Amino acid sequence: MPSALVAENILVKFGGLTAVNSVSFDIPTGGIVSLIGPNGAGKTTFFNVLTGLYKPTSGTVMFGGEEITARPPHKIAAAGVARTFQNIRVFGLMTAEENVMVAMHSHLKAGILGTIFGTPRQRREERESHEAARSLLEFVGIGKWAGEYARNLSYGDQRRLEVARALALKPKVLLLDEPTAGMNPQESKVFIDFVYRVRDEKQVSILLIEHDMSVVMSVSERVTVLDQGEKIAEGTPAEIKSNQRVIEAYLGKSKGEKA
Amino acid sequence: MEIVKKRTKPTSKSALAKSQRKWASGFIIAAIIIWIFYTFIMARLPDALQSVVQNWFPPTALNEALVWVICALGLNIVVGYAGLLDLGFVAFWAIGGYSAGWFMSAFFRQANIHVFSSAPKSLPGIHLSFWMVIFVGGLICALFGIIIGAPTLRLKSDYLALVTLGFGEIIPQVFTNGENIAGFNMSNGTKGISPVDNIGVPGKSLGPFDFSWKFFIFVLLTAFMVFISLRLRTGRLGRAWLAIREDELAASMMGVPLMRTKLSAYAVGAFSGGIGGVAFATHVNGVFADRFNFSISIILLAMVVLGGMGNVWGVMVGALLIAWINSTGLPAFGDLVNNTFNTQINFPSYNFLLFGGVLVLMMLFKREGMIPESRLKAILHEADDTSTNVEGGH
Repeated sequence: MPSALVAENILVKFGGLTAVNSVSFDIPTGGIVSLIGPNGAGKTTFFNVLTGLYKPTSGTVMFGGEEITARPPHKIAAAGVARTFQNIRVFGLMTAEENVMVAMHSHLKAGILGTIFGTPRQRREERESHEAARSLLEFVGIGKWAGEYARNLSYGDQRRLEVARALALKPKVLLLDEPTAGMNPQESKVFIDFVYRVRDEKQVSILLIEHDMSVVMSVSERVTVLDQGEKIAEGTPAEIKSNQRVIEAYLGKSKGEKA
Repeated sequence: MEIVKKRTKPTSKSALAKSQRKWASGFIIAAIIIWIFYTFIMARLPDALQSVVQNWFPPTALNEALVWVICALGLNIVVGYAGLLDLGFVAFWAIGGYSAGWFMSAFFRQANIHVFSSAPKSLPGIHLSFWMVIFVGGLICALFGIIIGAPTLRLKSDYLALVTLGFGEIIPQVFTNGENIAGFNMSNGTKGISPVDNIGVPGKSLGPFDFSWKFFIFVLLTAFMVFISLRLRTGRLGRAWLAIREDELAASMMGVPLMRTKLSAYAVGAFSGGIGGVAFATHVNGVFADRFNFSISIILLAMVVLGGMGNVWGVMVGALLIAWINSTGLPAFGDLVNNTFNTQINFPSYNFLLFGGVLVLMMLFKREGMIPESRLKAILHEADDTSTNVEGGH
């Protein structure tokens, strides 16, 4: 299967600290893969490299056959790498619909003059983006809250709104940063079905960062484990579950083994 | 898709449009009534009443207040919409003013250019029509907004404010000392450029004392700025501005180019400052470098904050009120008190004490301004209620 996104030998140093150490990673087209690891393993740093927020000390990120390592975040987003945030970052004082429409920015063309004079093209574009935003909100299941300020939505709905907003970028790759954080098992289960639906209906490849092992193991086709900035394992959920290094990374070595 | 189309717009949105229409028609009606009053009724009032009106609501103060409104609306785009603190807005007012000085006066004696101007053809200098200078001045300011903004807008809030403060000082200084730039007289130094051409309208030429006609023109310019503000706010760019105000990082992750979007806010704001500057030059019949001081930037900011950041109508009311207090209200009130109690207090010199006090009170009790944007009202009252949104949850 060809890869939608390939990161090679990503090295990120913050001063003397190596946050990500020569990690290579790819997201297969149409796949759902996960990145796991204990706190501080460098998952989010790695995520931020993929979305252009951090420039890696060395290494390259390829997307759609082009190198995107040095591009500014908004260009990477516009090219089709969308993300959600670990701690929700919706635009709280904008309506759900407006939130989604912000993400359409790079696909819309209206300029200052076109907006001021309300040219037919601008009005058609606005109408279409309103409709597209509505249908995205319907798709994630919060269509009835389109006119509500994002800050008034429930926690779960804000997470859904973030997904709708990310999908408005018409992404080829969707990066979900701990999407089930704060959800109960029942909600997580619903969310897994939702992830499949997003993948199948919107034709995106998905990368999950996740703490909830039940989610990771049931949804992922491939799991990559980071620990202290290094990739320590990669494989199917079954392989990862039985991998000794992974177990050590999560639970620590027993005293006897340490010697 | 069918369901999506049938769904009615949320009530909040249509209610918003309705309140906008209400404010807009209120503005137009008020403007017409005021214009009729000063043009036709004022002269027929008994003398005693006329002098009261002259003391408390002179037409010249009204026109000046409208200039303040135009500039405050521009600053509102920068501060209120995009959330960029600008403490040097006077720079654009000055550049706009000098545009009027350059392009509609006899200042450049070496040239003799007349384009649709009301000035007599024999007069040397560059004389463009007022309506052209409005746009030329606005565009020059927009250009300077981009030039100033390009290196500074990468800075974050406080640092940006400091740098804009610097530019707000530098540009008037350049004009004050611009009498001899390698032999070229750019600004006539402290002497200023005066007079500027009359405003030419079909069949008339409006000089410095045609207050009521100029009022009409200034109202038109204000309405134009309101229109621009409201249109941009609801469009693609306005959403991006608000998103940046809310969360810069998230906005950039959603494909909003930060620099370009901030620069466009700066440019549109500066454009409006330019219009205000040109209008002010025709109002005082000249440009004088010493008028463009730091306090203008601060008063403009106070107007935006006091009126209600982000809401054009609030900003308009705030600007009218503060401009009136500053130019007329406080001196007239002072005269009244001094005459009544036989005192000699210099009331106008306490204007900053008054504004400072009012701002402190506003920050304590009504942070969102007199007529706030509904969004801001929500967030500014949040501080009292720390339980919500700490972890983004309920």
